[in-house]
Amino acid sequence: MEEVDGEPPLTVVPGADPSARQLCFAWGPAEVLVCETLFGRRGGEDGGQSSSCVFVVRKDQDIYIQTLRKLFNESHGIFVGLQRSEEELAGKSRKAQLVQVSKNYRSVIRACMEDMHQAAISTRDPALQSQYSTQVSILSAIELIWNLCEILFVEAAAAGPLLLRLLDWVRLHVCDVDNMVREVLSSENPSKHELFWNVVDVFVLQGRMDEARHLLSKEASANPTSVNMYRILDDLMKKMPMPSLGNTQTLTEMELKWQHWHEECQRYLQDGTFASNSHMESICKILLGDEDAILEKKELMTTWYHFLVTRLLYSRPTVKPMELRFYAQSSMDLFLGGESSPEPLDTILMAAFEFEMHQVIKECSIALSNWWFVAHLTDLLDHCKLLQSHNLYFGSNMREFLLLEYASGLFSHHSLWQLGVDYFDHCPEYGRVYLELHIERIPLNTEQKALKVLRICEQRQMHEQVRSICKIMAMKALRNNRLGSALSWSIRAKDAAFATLISDRFLKDYCERGCFSDLDLIDNLGPSMLLSDRLTFLGKYREFHRLYGEKRFSEAARLLLMLMTAHIAPCSFWMTLLTDALPLLEQKEVIFSAEQTYELMRCLEDLTARKSDKQKLQGDDVETTKVEMLRLALARNLARVIVKEGTLEGS
Amino acid sequence: MTGPGPGPGPRPPGRAPAPLRAPTLSLRARRRSAANQRARRGAGGSGRAAGAAMEEVCAKFVSQKISKTRWRPLPAAALQPPDLFATGSWDNEDNRISVWSVGDLGNAGLNGEYQGEPQLLCDIRHNGDVMDMQFLDQERIVVASSTGTVTVFRHHQNNQTLSANHRWEKAHYHVDQDTSCGGAACTGVICNKPEIVTVGEDGRINLFRVDQKDAVRTIDNADSSTLHAVTFLRTTEILTVNSIGQLKIWDFRQQKNEPSQIFSLTGGRVPLHCVDRHPNQQYIVATGGQDGMLSIWDIRQGTVPVSLLNAHEAEMWEVHFHPSNPDHLFTCSEDGSLWHWDTSTDVSEKPSFLHQGGRSTTYFPHNTVNQSVVSAWLSNDPTKDRMEITNLIPNQTLSVNSLDVLGPCLVYGTDAEAIYVNRQLFA
Repeated sequence: MEEVDGEPPLTVVPGADPSARQLCFAWGPAEVLVCETLFGRRGGEDGGQSSSCVFVVRKDQDIYIQTLRKLFNESHGIFVGLQRSEEELAGKSRKAQLVQVSKNYRSVIRACMEDMHQAAISTRDPALQSQYSTQVSILSAIELIWNLCEILFVEAAAAGPLLLRLLDWVRLHVCDVDNMVREVLSSENPSKHELFWNVVDVFVLQGRMDEARHLLSKEASANPTSVNMYRILDDLMKKMPMPSLGNTQTLTEMELKWQHWHEECQRYLQDGTFASNSHMESICKILLGDEDAILEKKELMTTWYHFLVTRLLYSRPTVKPMELRFYAQSSMDLFLGGESSPEPLDTILMAAFEFEMHQVIKECSIALSNWWFVAHLTDLLDHCKLLQSHNLYFGSNMREFLLLEYASGLFSHHSLWQLGVDYFDHCPEYGRVYLELHIERIPLNTEQKALKVLRICEQRQMHEQVRSICKIMAMKALRNNRLGSALSWSIRAKDAAFATLISDRFLKDYCERGCFSDLDLIDNLGPSMLLSDRLTFLGKYREFHRLYGEKRFSEAARLLLMLMTAHIAPCSFWMTLLTDALPLLEQKEVIFSAEQTYELMRCLEDLTARKSDKQKLQGDDVETTKVEMLRLALARNLARVIVKEGTLEGS
Repeated sequence: MTGPGPGPGPRPPGRAPAPLRAPTLSLRARRRSAANQRARRGAGGSGRAAGAAMEEVCAKFVSQKISKTRWRPLPAAALQPPDLFATGSWDNEDNRISVWSVGDLGNAGLNGEYQGEPQLLCDIRHNGDVMDMQFLDQERIVVASSTGTVTVFRHHQNNQTLSANHRWEKAHYHVDQDTSCGGAACTGVICNKPEIVTVGEDGRINLFRVDQKDAVRTIDNADSSTLHAVTFLRTTEILTVNSIGQLKIWDFRQQKNEPSQIFSLTGGRVPLHCVDRHPNQQYIVATGGQDGMLSIWDIRQGTVPVSLLNAHEAEMWEVHFHPSNPDHLFTCSEDGSLWHWDTSTDVSEKPSFLHQGGRSTTYFPHNTVNQSVVSAWLSNDPTKDRMEITNLIPNQTLSVNSLDVLGPCLVYGTDAEAIYVNRQLFA
């Protein structure tokens, strides 16, 4: 066993009082049942009066948040698309495809965040509002982490473009200052605004040079005396070399240019060009990458990772991915300055800068209250072929483990279970078993839902589950006296035993009432009649009735006899069949041939012999009378047929 | 996680990294090999521009699985496209009936949502899964529940609220072995104001009149298997389909509780899930089955379908003729696809009715001429008859449970908890 990472969090079960009573629990697929026990209670003093509740404790509680259902559903589509996507795309196009998938995931997170934000604004319930706000901040943290992982792992940006990507990342996520910028820019005279220089600093810190220069030019036109100073700063900012995204310049070229520019800035600072204006002097220091000058603007950066990126921009623009860890660690130390300890988000981001993918996933699993994020991120990284070497000491691998956890959570939800199916499908090792166990536990309240579940099972050749679902539905129908539906379900499951059971019910009903119910069904059995012997008999017996009704007596007679001689009819039913033969025997014209009559007689004797073997026919008058009548009818028929056949042959 | 979430709130929508939310949609024809297709139609290679309808489809995720979507009917002689539809959900702890607007009423709402996205006007709780739903008139919606209850909801348009107007509790029920009554799912409802017909898992048919407390007519045990759907054939006759592949006609003028005609699929007993009849030629009926097959029936003749068309890979949940343009048919399925069947493309290739008529009016018997014009759905001639089939959802995943077409507009809802509106169907 690995050691436990930190103390497991304490979960308080509202309503349960562990100090008064012992609690016991049982594991479920995604939840735990907790109940109070009688263990250790002293002699029933509260008379068992107070309740004995069972509490359901859920692990993946985010599943139950309404707004997040959009996230689950939309990302499900992306997930399925990613699994289906062709792996054959090589190199660059495959990478572009994966980056696109990653962006799609992020845009879903953002959309969900916006919905949540709207909900937080529009609700009047303060509790709900704080709940929504918490969710917004969790989602935005998730997106922040995802974006960084996308840059470092999925896209694996190289030195040069890496810095540009990190700048985008910071601009996108550090939006505390946006309101301030908006306020200043929309004011009548921005350069007179008290926060004017703050905004310029924000632009410089985020590397938004054009915007900073634009603002400065306004200030310059207001101060004709120092116009020269402004021009020099403007020029420095304009000339600042930036790494390019394309292959237009090599890293050495870039570094050379940057060195020149850096020296120029240095010169201006040393000869005191900006000495008269402290704001401009500090900007110049920032351009030189002076850590103290940058740190002075701590409030404008708000986070250590902003500080990191600003620092890289002005001191090491061609930073290599592998060097990030040193800068990240020192930036965090400098920024926090021992005043506060890093929070979970800081630890996660640090792990990402250190390229410790497994650490990122592990920390996220501990910190977040849902499996959605880690499951999807891990799957994406696995498709980038970044996680293959890692094996867990349990389950199969990390990707599959996390997907199984997430999908199990979905299955415990009354409505989202359908999404879980596709996730299980893409877990090669244990997915099938999980699906089999979960799918049988879906409550089936309507036939339509049963059909949907059944379709899932049939598509995956899960015969055992198909049988069990059909059996459940057939039993339900039977209990509701819907014999037709019950039979349909057992035919669909090819469940011969159950079909036999239902056929017997039909025959019993017939014997009691003298007519068939559900004729439309029995007449329409078709090939499914062959499913069970009893069902075949039921169908054939009904066919006999139809023939009889249509006055096709000789066909009816042949069929009736065949039912007995071919042993299709159950023995218990022979007496009924023989009784059915009575009217045919009594018809004016002769229907049974001599041979057929002999067969009938043999059937009757077989039946009576069997009966008397088991129990002597005692006192059963009705039965005896029936046998007597049959014997009489058979004898008369035989007499008539001998005469008839003799006459025909004779003539 | 606490603390260092970046920023107090999200950015305006314009800044989202990849605005890929609306599903991309291409008019890509998809045909499957039609081994057991009796009437093999010509290849449907679509030459239409793929991008035409792309911006016209709006998706909205609604956090509930949608079982039904229905356009509100237009007032007579209205020229504008429909602007209001209702949805029902299923399999939720708390199911709802919702009314949505796609009109330009609140165009580009406060939240910056782009125009055309459906806006929720009002919703109301519904007990049980919504199994079927029909507009009775402009204001009233009849809803069939899995609890067996049939409810009439009224949509108050002045203050945008919904209220239960009338309710028939346990219109469908089982009598189980212990003779206690339990509700049975009501699977289908159809309205022809003021009459409402419902069918259910209990094999029962109910005829209600909207203002009467009790059923006007009930046929107990009308079917020994589950009735899946119902539609009006004529004012006094209805069509039902059941789970053993039968199509039945019932005539309410007759007192006996027997169908006046039974049609059935040949061979297997493949359950039928949906039924619709041609709006002009009432003898043409389309049904969809569990195997995704589309069957076209001519109820004037025979007891088997005129043509069987291989379609979806799983249950076909709904089939609809376009109400005013019945050369077009729409089907949706459990396999997550929605197909547009178009028989109008071959009009130009058909011998022109007017031209031939002019040349030799007496030569063609009336019904021959008539047939060449009307029976695109009934024709069995594979060489003459072309049908263009378009799958409107290319990247399908979960079931499309319901669709509705009216004028140039299509609305459909899925198990992926999304509703989609296409407002330029024939663009």
